[in-house]
Amino acid sequence: MPWDRNQMAERAAQELEDGMYVNLGIGIPTLVANYVGDKEITLQSENGMLGMGAFPYEGEEDPDLINAGKQTITELNRTAYFDSATSFGMIRGGKIAAAILGAMEVAENGDLANWMIPGKLVKGMGGAMDLVAGVGRVIVVMDHTSKHGDSKLLKSCTLPLTGTGVVDRIITNLGVLDVVKGGLKIVELADGVTEDELRAATEATIV
Amino acid sequence: MKKVYANAADALDGLLFDGMTIAAGGFGLCGIPELLLQAIKDHGTKDLTFASNNAGVDDFGIGILLQTRQVRKMLSSYVGENAEFMRQYLAGELEIEFNPQGTLAERMRAGGAGIPGFYTKTGVGTQVAEGKEHKDFDGETYILERGIVADLSIVKAWKADDTGNLVFRKTARNFNPPAAMCGKVCVAEVEEIVPRGTLDPDNIHLPGIYVHRLIQGDHEKRIEQRTTRKREDA
Repeated sequence: MPWDRNQMAERAAQELEDGMYVNLGIGIPTLVANYVGDKEITLQSENGMLGMGAFPYEGEEDPDLINAGKQTITELNRTAYFDSATSFGMIRGGKIAAAILGAMEVAENGDLANWMIPGKLVKGMGGAMDLVAGVGRVIVVMDHTSKHGDSKLLKSCTLPLTGTGVVDRIITNLGVLDVVKGGLKIVELADGVTEDELRAATEATIV
Repeated sequence: MKKVYANAADALDGLLFDGMTIAAGGFGLCGIPELLLQAIKDHGTKDLTFASNNAGVDDFGIGILLQTRQVRKMLSSYVGENAEFMRQYLAGELEIEFNPQGTLAERMRAGGAGIPGFYTKTGVGTQVAEGKEHKDFDGETYILERGIVADLSIVKAWKADDTGNLVFRKTARNFNPPAAMCGKVCVAEVEEIVPRGTLDPDNIHLPGIYVHRLIQGDHEKRIEQRTTRKREDA
């Protein structure tokens, strides 16, 4: 059985070590916070916060306290607030250990496309380009194939890029792959998924 | 020098002109200068260029100026929450220059700090880098981005004293300090103006030197995505 959204998030949480400062993207990456266990992970929200807490209880929502997805959240006893220029200073400056992000396409050389579909989806890149250019390690969590069964792990991206050669590790519903010299390397298979199945679902070169 | 004005229209008197560039604070609908935006709508200033991370939603924030076609161009990082924006953009009625969020924040900060340009690796190898100067430092490639100097900055803070020292609250700080810094003139709206001496000088988030005019008002502070969790039974 391929991993579901929660299992992918659980696997991604294993990438995080105690004491890390981490930025989680919108979608499945947000779920990673549910699986960090006893590790003290400090989540950065690029709109100006370190130490992001859970969603508030009903009736306790604060319009002045949101995450980068514009959702109401809470603070922790170690939270710090700052402005957007400072926030991206710590991102660009390499102070954030890792970012876990979604993707539309990843290429075998680590190119990432996750912000735009020309003529269709024109929303903007938000902080994604800054994050992939600046953080220590970029981990992508994504479905291995599209709804139509086409591989999203490609020889080269077809969509406008978010960054070039920026992805370190890819966690999909079929397994875990690293971007290495010459292509992608299989690190782990999802429970019950065979290497042949993963290879068949992958356009990118597997080394 | 008196910085406190009676209302948003008074505070903007003499500052607005067609074709001007305005830097606005806020992230989503959080910490946006909602009273000043309404006053700009009421004034009817046209052909505006806005440097603002987002474009509000259809009926709140900068969205209210899109409805009245007062905006010609946006410098933004993300405009996904605004259907009218998308419609005008796809119809070719509105120009957008997408800036990576950190690049936009730094462009504002730099513009306010007397830095006309800076190199960043954000966007290298993407559409954002097209037409920009590339330069290698220590074996890595960077692109040149320009500082932004706006004709006017409009920002929202939590508290101020009458000299314009500002204190923000939680994540409502966001783009407000860099936006305030980059304007030739900055107008701030706050929830409360307190007497001199009541703000802790060690905890001023933006010194009053950046703030030229100031109003106090009631804010709607709309929530864009209300997310909650259930209380677990004891």
